Amino acid sequence: MSFLFGFAEPSSVPTSSTVAHSANWFLEYAWLVPLLPALSFVGILFFGKRMRYRGAELGIAAVSLSFLLAVCAGFAWIQHRDNFVLPDAASGAPATPGESYVAVQNSTQWLQSGGVEFGAGVLVDGLSVMMLLVVTIVSLLVHVYSTDYVGDDKRYTHFFAFLSLFTAAMLFFVLSDNILQMIVGWELVGVCSFVLIGHWWEEKPNSDAALKAFLTNRVGDVGLIIGTITLFFAAGGGHTFDTIKINEAIVQGEVGHTALVVASLCLMAAVMSKSGQFILHTWLPDAMAGPTPVSALIHAATMVVAGVFMIARLYPVFFEGMQIGGSSINLMATIGAVTLVFGGLLAFVQDDIKKVLAYSTVSQLGYMVMALGVGAWTAAVFHLFTHAFFKANLFLGSGSVAHAVHSFDMKKDMGGMRKFMPKTYITFIIGSLALAGLFPLAGFWSKDEILVGTGGWGLFGGTGGNGAYTFHLLMGVFGAALTAAYMTRCVYLTFHGEFRGGHAHGGHAHGGHAHGGHEHGGHAHGGHAHGDPHESGPRILVPLYILSGLAVVAGFANLPAGFQLVGDSWTERFGHYVEPYKSSYFPAIDHATPSWSLAVVASVVALAGAGAAIYYYFVKVDRLADQTQQSLTELPDGLSKSNALAGAGHRVLVNKYYLDHLYEGVIVAFTKGPLARAAYWVNQKVIDRTVDKAGETAVLVGRHVYDVVDQSVIDGFVDGSGRVSDATGEELRQINSGKVQNYAAILFAMAAVLAGTFLIIFAL
Amino acid sequence: METITDNNWLLTVLVFAPLVGALIMVLIPQQDEQSHKQVALLTSLVTLGLAAFLLIDFNYGKAGVLQYFADAEWIEVIGAGYTIGVDGMSLPLIALTALIMPLVFVYSWNHIPEPGNAKAFLILSLILETGMIGTFVAQDLVLFFVFFEVVLLPMFFMIAVWGGENRRYASLKFFLFTLFGSALMLLSFLALYFLTEADTFSMLVLTENAGEGIARGTQLLVFAGMFLGFGVKVPMFPFHTWLPDAHTEAPTQGSVILAAVLLKLGTYGFIRIAIPMLPEAAEAWAPWIGLLAVIGIIYGALGCLAQTDMKRLIAFSSVAHMGFVMLGIATLTDFGINAAIFGMVAHGLITGMLFFIAGSVKERYHTLEIKRLGGMLAQAPRLGWILGFVSMASLGLPGLAGFWGEFPAILAAYEPAVGLSEKTFHVYMVVAAIGTVLAAGYLLWLLQRTAMGEPPAEFADDPNITDVSTTEWIAWAPLLFGIVLFGVAPGLIFEVTDPAVGQSLNNCITLTGCEVAEAAASSGSGGG
Amino acid sequence: MLLNQFLLLSAVLFCIGVYGVLARKNGVLVLMSIELILNAVNINLVAFGALTADVGGEVFALFTIAVAAAEVGIGLAIVLLIYRNRRSIDLSEIDLMKG
Repeated sequence: MSFLFGFAEPSSVPTSSTVAHSANWFLEYAWLVPLLPALSFVGILFFGKRMRYRGAELGIAAVSLSFLLAVCAGFAWIQHRDNFVLPDAASGAPATPGESYVAVQNSTQWLQSGGVEFGAGVLVDGLSVMMLLVVTIVSLLVHVYSTDYVGDDKRYTHFFAFLSLFTAAMLFFVLSDNILQMIVGWELVGVCSFVLIGHWWEEKPNSDAALKAFLTNRVGDVGLIIGTITLFFAAGGGHTFDTIKINEAIVQGEVGHTALVVASLCLMAAVMSKSGQFILHTWLPDAMAGPTPVSALIHAATMVVAGVFMIARLYPVFFEGMQIGGSSINLMATIGAVTLVFGGLLAFVQDDIKKVLAYSTVSQLGYMVMALGVGAWTAAVFHLFTHAFFKANLFLGSGSVAHAVHSFDMKKDMGGMRKFMPKTYITFIIGSLALAGLFPLAGFWSKDEILVGTGGWGLFGGTGGNGAYTFHLLMGVFGAALTAAYMTRCVYLTFHGEFRGGHAHGGHAHGGHAHGGHEHGGHAHGGHAHGDPHESGPRILVPLYILSGLAVVAGFANLPAGFQLVGDSWTERFGHYVEPYKSSYFPAIDHATPSWSLAVVASVVALAGAGAAIYYYFVKVDRLADQTQQSLTELPDGLSKSNALAGAGHRVLVNKYYLDHLYEGVIVAFTKGPLARAAYWVNQKVIDRTVDKAGETAVLVGRHVYDVVDQSVIDGFVDGSGRVSDATGEELRQINSGKVQNYAAILFAMAAVLAGTFLIIFAL
Repeated sequence: METITDNNWLLTVLVFAPLVGALIMVLIPQQDEQSHKQVALLTSLVTLGLAAFLLIDFNYGKAGVLQYFADAEWIEVIGAGYTIGVDGMSLPLIALTALIMPLVFVYSWNHIPEPGNAKAFLILSLILETGMIGTFVAQDLVLFFVFFEVVLLPMFFMIAVWGGENRRYASLKFFLFTLFGSALMLLSFLALYFLTEADTFSMLVLTENAGEGIARGTQLLVFAGMFLGFGVKVPMFPFHTWLPDAHTEAPTQGSVILAAVLLKLGTYGFIRIAIPMLPEAAEAWAPWIGLLAVIGIIYGALGCLAQTDMKRLIAFSSVAHMGFVMLGIATLTDFGINAAIFGMVAHGLITGMLFFIAGSVKERYHTLEIKRLGGMLAQAPRLGWILGFVSMASLGLPGLAGFWGEFPAILAAYEPAVGLSEKTFHVYMVVAAIGTVLAAGYLLWLLQRTAMGEPPAEFADDPNITDVSTTEWIAWAPLLFGIVLFGVAPGLIFEVTDPAVGQSLNNCITLTGCEVAEAAASSGSGGG
Repeated sequence: MLLNQFLLLSAVLFCIGVYGVLARKNGVLVLMSIELILNAVNINLVAFGALTADVGGEVFALFTIAVAAAEVGIGLAIVLLIYRNRRSIDLSEIDLMKG
């Protein structure tokens, strides 16, 4: 039956013109990559409990195979791309439609209805191959890490089943060749996220967080559905979901502008919910209620970038719809810019190490969206690539620490961890430096590219870019300082100073950090010596080593052109292989030329941010703690108050350095105090409250409508008619005396009447 | 019009096989419950076997043509015939009915509701099956009406005898509501008979005639009569209030049948009778149908949010889901109507399954009050997971059956038939899309309250609360499998319904979709 | 005309029967009155049958007699059961059919 799910016939009739000539086996059979984890999900679900390692071995085997296939596909892609000469390479014009670029597309008919055919298929190009690699490698490492981390969990098998399903869904999503299929993957990853956030559903905060995540995403999905439908009808009247066909139609200018504006705005709503953009980001920090490996895989490295991926995949829609080319402000770039600053500010006031990282993720996603908004496609995708590694590294590192101290609270239970966990410490530092964007780690290259891409840097002597996004550049640079500063604070509170944990763990209730207590609920506390925390085992450390290694080297994948230390053939490799530039389905974006002066400025700003934080935490707070003999837990975090405490001793010093005063008293304090608090207040009180209120109001309205309209009016009408017949019946009931002779009398009387009537009729 | 008459004994046997089983059961003494269950199950399995044969033997290349067509004289005086046939539009619904009934009997194996009397209960169920299948195969208005009404009485008794506390009120409400609708529907049928020159009740002839020769105003009135008749059954806002009561009070099996099949009689009537026979009136009424449909979507969802009883919540969700089905129908495009048929099957599987779960929860906890429940995942993990799975299907998760009823209906609303206002339907589309958020809201809320968290103190050590039993697995597995199967391969249904829907819209005069439909009918004939 | 006398006779019989059905309290007497009514009808049937030389009238009369026999059998059985249950066949006391 040909209409069955078509993956079984990869070589069936290709429906797109954009199919490459003779693609490599690994590209043709790329659909195996998601299929393997999907099978492993089914296998674990049904047989996992009976397996030797409770299903984990199956999941790891499947993901490892997927990873190998993805690596092979990566090499195959490089070969494939190299063999292909761009049409009109000399003139630089985009390829004409119908003439194939290099993407490998295999599709078959999924269903047909009302004369419309829906395809199902895989689209393999640089972007999807890159995503395959990222997803499989992070997923594999998280799988390995989880065998130790949730090793004592009572729903261990179930956990691995859903990790597999998530991996399959995410891979399915990135390989989709049409938007309908993307919706399927998009929602499936959402469900996996829901299930895994709510993994410890016994406690209400966890299930609340799961619900919040799913519902917020659903709100965005309204946009996704409407945007998709708009594109379906608008794209050249073609009635198609096929991404390449839609993109080609838009690049050719066959699609009306209004439709594109509507579609891009609607899809943007979906991106905002999935990729945690300001104002729909509030679910993401709450999602940290899930187990840490899940936070690393789903809520940092892969799922949350689905929105970014979708923009990248349907870039012409946004490029035209948001009018990215040649403008200086647009909605997408602005949302990204606002998100990156707000997210960064919020990270300052968190005591939960995972929440710091979560807000950091929000902020980094803001970078990616901003990059896409200013037309820096490659920079955004490259940042997605590097961010996946160092953020997964940081999350897993935080999990490693939490594993040792059974808590996520940096202020109460951590501090001085450097002494107990030197290996975790080093990997965490590498991840933090990469995140902060320090030369030459991964974050430096990708963040710098984004800043370059804004094009708003005439100051620094650069050229190119799609517009003069000066505001966004400034936000980006400010964000760099914030990133460096909050990571310094995080590192300080976690790894430096005195160890503050180890107190009364047995019956200690973890207050607001329900997951903290739970995450290690299975630990045999009885036989566990409660002295000092100790370093984690190899199944936790090895993934950390690998990820921190990647956090160092991933940036070299896309060295800027003109980088002196290596030859030209080593620069911009990532962009070359991933970006479908000058193809028939990609808009003509303008690439900015890199600028060393901008890189230097951005690095200096970041260093300044880190420096301020180091000065404050390592110098001042340490000293203060020594002087007052207080532990950090009792120390206030706000500078205004600590200034008052420290007042007398430091007045001279403070007065001496106006810069310090400016930094600490005004900028940092304002940022950390009122601004961050205000942002957090807005976050918690306004947006969150609005979400809650909206829910409550809906329930209230529902109840009211139900009580008043449903039960009284409509039902009243029905009941009323019932009562009328009831009353009539009551009257007529009198006749029904039950006495035979009364009935007979009525019978005869009626017969007589009838006879009379006949008589009259026939007599007349 | 072309028909295929091969093997036309099949449908008659299919329709009356359950009745034969019921007659056999009349002869068995009441005390012998076991044989009653066996006979009932066997009968429904035979029916399922016949339906399976129908599915295999059906000529998918000609899904738009009435097959197994039989036409015998019945009531000569009024020109009503015993005309039956099946095409792609009714095939999925027949299959659904034939599938649901054995599951109901399996479930009944040790779940005969109070006050017992398996004999009467099972006989009524079998009569219901005859009525339901009969409605889907009837090709004559009088025959259709008879079967449509045959369904009413057994359901009435099922609720009135085996129902909950408030059963008398609920059953009477159900009965009055539906009878009221049927009366108007019958009037419309009679009007059609007298107003067309052919003086016939044959659906084929009336569909071909497509309202020709009837004044526009009259068409509108006749359509309105059918609209009420079918709309009550669907149930459309504001004729839905019988539904929550009937569902809440009905025994589990009754709720399942009601949700899975009975509600579809109304929507089926729309696409088989009302729209093809009076396309002009349909076009005039479509915006109003669409309006009521989207009101139903939002209203049903809000109603769900206000519920404190699990079964009532599920019942209200039917209002919302059938809203999507009606929205698909209101677009009057073949795409939308295909979506509607898919939505009917999906809703049948999913909501039927939800009611099974509600029944099992009631059996274990002796209450369905959401406030008192909790921690099902801890005490009965499989039951909890099944509830979660079905909730996901119900809220329209892609990859499961529910999605293909909702998304295409919303898609169809973007481009309704020519002659309908695109702007109006765009608004409907957005409202319907918002409805999906609310759907997620109430279902997940239900899931959180009942399945997640720690078990409440009153049930914590209750030995009654066990995981899914074997009979439940047997009864549920086909439904769960169907939800996944049709979610992954929706073409299985779309492929069958598409030609038939195209065919029935073909006869319209002003409607669009005709060209597309013809193209599809010619190109799609190779499929299958 | 001979017919008129027959009709008159049957009318009188019918009226006596109706009176009996409505007025008597005794169940057996009511049954007997019903027999009178039926026989009044029989007379009519036979009379009209003879008048029109159609055997159908007589056939119907026979049919009525047969049915009446069955009816009276069942009726008496009911009366007997009522008597057994209530030790009385007074119809005014029997109102089980009251709605």
